[in-house]
Amino acid sequence: MTAFVAPNYLVALPEILLAGVACVFLLIGVFTGNRSTTPLTYAAIGAMLIAFALVLGFNGTRETSFGGMFITDHFTTFMKSVVLIGAAGTLVLGIGYVQREQMNRFEFPILILFATLGMMLMISANDLMALYVGIELQSLSLYIVAAFRRDSVRSTEAGLKYFVLGALSSGLLLYGASMVYGFTGATGFDAIAGGIKAYGAGDLPIGVLIGLVFIAAALAFKVSAVPFHMWTPDVYEGAPTPVTAFFSAAPKIAAIALLLRVFLGPFAELASSWNQIILLISIASMAFAAFAAIGQRNIKRLLAYSSIGHVGYALVGLATATEEGVRGVLIYMAIYMVMTVGTFGAVLAMRQKGQMVEEIADLAGLSKTNPALAAVLGIFMFSMAGIPPFAGFFGKLYVFMPAVEAGLYGLAIAGVLASVVGAYYYIRIVKIMYFDEPAEALDRPIGREILGVLVVTGIITTLFFAYPQPILSGAKAAAAALFP
Amino acid sequence: MSGWPILSTITFLPLLGVAFLLLVRGDAATVARNSRLVALWTSIVTFALALVLIGSFDISNPGYQFVENVPWLPEFGISYHLGVDGISLFFVALTTFLTPICIIASWESIQNRVREYMVAFLVMQVLVVGVFCALDFVMFYIFFEGQLIPMFLIIGVWGGERRVYSAFKFFLYTLVGSVLFLIAILYMYLQVGTTDIPTITAHEFTRETQIWLWLALFASFAVKMPMWPFHTWLPDAHVEAPTAGSVILAGILLKMGGYGFIRFSLPMLPEASDFFTPFMFTLSVVAIIYTSLVALMQEDMKKLIAYSSVAHMGIVTLGIFTFTQQGIEGGIFQMLSHGIISAALFLCVGVVYDRVHTRQIAAYGGLVHRMPIYAVVFLVFTLASVGLPSTSGFVGEFLAMVGAFTANTWVATTAMIGIILGAAYMLWLYRRVIFGELTKENLKSITDLNWREIGVFAPLIALALFLGIYPKPVLDVLHASAAHLMTQTQLARVVSPEALELAGQVPKIAATR
Repeated sequence: MTAFVAPNYLVALPEILLAGVACVFLLIGVFTGNRSTTPLTYAAIGAMLIAFALVLGFNGTRETSFGGMFITDHFTTFMKSVVLIGAAGTLVLGIGYVQREQMNRFEFPILILFATLGMMLMISANDLMALYVGIELQSLSLYIVAAFRRDSVRSTEAGLKYFVLGALSSGLLLYGASMVYGFTGATGFDAIAGGIKAYGAGDLPIGVLIGLVFIAAALAFKVSAVPFHMWTPDVYEGAPTPVTAFFSAAPKIAAIALLLRVFLGPFAELASSWNQIILLISIASMAFAAFAAIGQRNIKRLLAYSSIGHVGYALVGLATATEEGVRGVLIYMAIYMVMTVGTFGAVLAMRQKGQMVEEIADLAGLSKTNPALAAVLGIFMFSMAGIPPFAGFFGKLYVFMPAVEAGLYGLAIAGVLASVVGAYYYIRIVKIMYFDEPAEALDRPIGREILGVLVVTGIITTLFFAYPQPILSGAKAAAAALFP
Repeated sequence: MSGWPILSTITFLPLLGVAFLLLVRGDAATVARNSRLVALWTSIVTFALALVLIGSFDISNPGYQFVENVPWLPEFGISYHLGVDGISLFFVALTTFLTPICIIASWESIQNRVREYMVAFLVMQVLVVGVFCALDFVMFYIFFEGQLIPMFLIIGVWGGERRVYSAFKFFLYTLVGSVLFLIAILYMYLQVGTTDIPTITAHEFTRETQIWLWLALFASFAVKMPMWPFHTWLPDAHVEAPTAGSVILAGILLKMGGYGFIRFSLPMLPEASDFFTPFMFTLSVVAIIYTSLVALMQEDMKKLIAYSSVAHMGIVTLGIFTFTQQGIEGGIFQMLSHGIISAALFLCVGVVYDRVHTRQIAAYGGLVHRMPIYAVVFLVFTLASVGLPSTSGFVGEFLAMVGAFTANTWVATTAMIGIILGAAYMLWLYRRVIFGELTKENLKSITDLNWREIGVFAPLIALALFLGIYPKPVLDVLHASAAHLMTQTQLARVVSPEALELAGQVPKIAATR
């Protein structure tokens, strides 16, 4: 037992800030009640932006703290930035909805803050314990916000479903973690890597592999990759729309970060074992999502399948287990976040006579009733389908490039063919907006916050090709951090 | 021409027009009128610039001219690289030439969402010109696939009854080919380390690699071209697209396939191209004969012309894969000439469609009695399509056939039979629509071409006849680049194993003498 050394708190400054702010907000909320929801939401967005600035402010050298449980490097900087922007963006989108749809309770922004804090801990986790704590903090907050409309059957059902299946996956994770601990004698990522290396190539106990498979399954559940995706469409459909937006923008990115960190950190030695798993769930996710989304009528459900597909594409990069592949994943997730936030902005603008609507058919003829909104949503759809010159194409380019380089031709060809099938359901939305006769018009105006988010995300998606340097170089540095 | 980036200007000038279009304000009629004017002027100015480009083109230089090369994503070796040579020069010109014609042709027939329509056409022009100017694979691909979006919207929003089905078929069919092409691009990039097209052209791939890459490129270009049996999207897309959409589709978009074969498959993958020559000949000949037979039985005018396009593209691929100077020049010339003629034929259909609102051949007959000028115009383009000497169609077909005869007599003979069939269906179409008694009630009051329509056809007729009578200016430009292309393919052939072996024996033979 070594003497107590005060941990370097500065490393975790953004997390400490968010935790502190969330607690203070909770007190404010308790004393002032629900009328402070909107001010607290704005304050939470501000806190996230400050945390974002602090994250960016780090010089990016690799530092650990809290006994090696917590790590910051270029990788955490990049991932936390994406998560914080995604979380802040979806909070902005939800402001109008929360006020209108009986969700005006002060806990909402605070729970989102806690969930975001959990994600940041996940990203910075350098130990199986820290990883679990981060995941649980995130998940418990998310279970509640999924069921936030207590008077809605669908919302509570979504929350319960999410909770039951989420608890199952946490169980899998814990079981896998205990196996790994049992066979390597460590929970810290560096120590696990050392433990695995010490066994040598030939006589690795099967227990480590079993633990690895359990952890992989649990993380696949968190990123909602096939075959662990079953909860996604139901939860996405049932949860209040701003929550769905948040689900698809932020936690998914944090979970991908975790997947990268775990597989390329402690289990880097076992790449030849886990990349078979990743290969399989990647192809399965791309193909399944492409076909399953075709028949959907509800736009939130469709976007749930779409997000499953996007995870599949991102995993193409991880399947290569190379630095370029990881860079592709990071670029893909950043672009995915922008497109998703924008798309949900459009979904949140779908109101008729003051009521939210979420059938795809309600978009019919949008190009005549609201040409600007139709154009922006059309751009997001083409972008998600991977049609150049929009950002989504570059995302796919940067994950398929390393796949071809690593000789995974089958994966690359399966991926691009799945993207053609997937293009069908994306352009079906364009068809409904542009080719069909107008149904009832959507309400106007769509709201200042949504308009602002749509403009920003639309510009990024359209003009990504002109100035991709910030994301490319950020992702490059972040990927390099995982390959010391 | 150093300093002023003329290619970038030609490529992206229409975007300025798009910006203006988005700023147009006022009631619906004003917006429509101003949109048409803005689009027309933008396209005319662009065409004028393209003429300047032709004027300052140096025909003795076989390489790329007006080159602009700026690093874009340096860490990936991707740059903003534009340039034209003799092969691409006229495709740029053709695109800028057809766009104003399309806009004038849509003057009255497009009445709803005029602004969006014009935006789609100008964006399309940007992307198509970009395809022909791009000297970087990633740029090429962005332009190549990006044009799916405006075309999808043009067919789907302004098309006929089955427009949704056709738009989806067009989009997905073309996308399948393109994504495989993307994999090939990535592979070449990883082999060579850059996406610069001239650099990749100079790189020698191994024979096996070439074959795989060739197949991936083939998937994309054969669909785009379209070659039999990948052509089924074309009749649907043509029939449902608005007239100007068909014009741009037949006139320019189909040329991207042939251009791709000439620009990439031949010089980059010469051994594989050589290997697949019998395959290409077979597909081409089947296309020429089969689609001509199918065209004979069509009842819809646009569908007939669509099938004739497939047959004509068969002649193009036949010419290109002869690996002879005549064949390649003939293929390119045939594409240019087809761009003019098929565009004009679709416009001819559009003229009567605007008046009678049907494309059924059976609904017409005896138009010559009411529409003499139209009959003449239609006759000129019918004969040009058949390949009558003194029209542009003849020059291309003749050159391609000369090439084919030197390469393989049987292939050329069979293809000739297809060309005879081509004459049969075109002349039969003409007879059924124009000649005969004017018995249909609704045709008795039909009016002849108005001044706007004559204005549309006049330049097309002039060009079709000019290129047929005096093709030298175009061929002169093609010579240097085609010869350069020949050396690129031949050189690579010489280093093939068999050739090396042969080359090794030459000194021995010399020594024994």
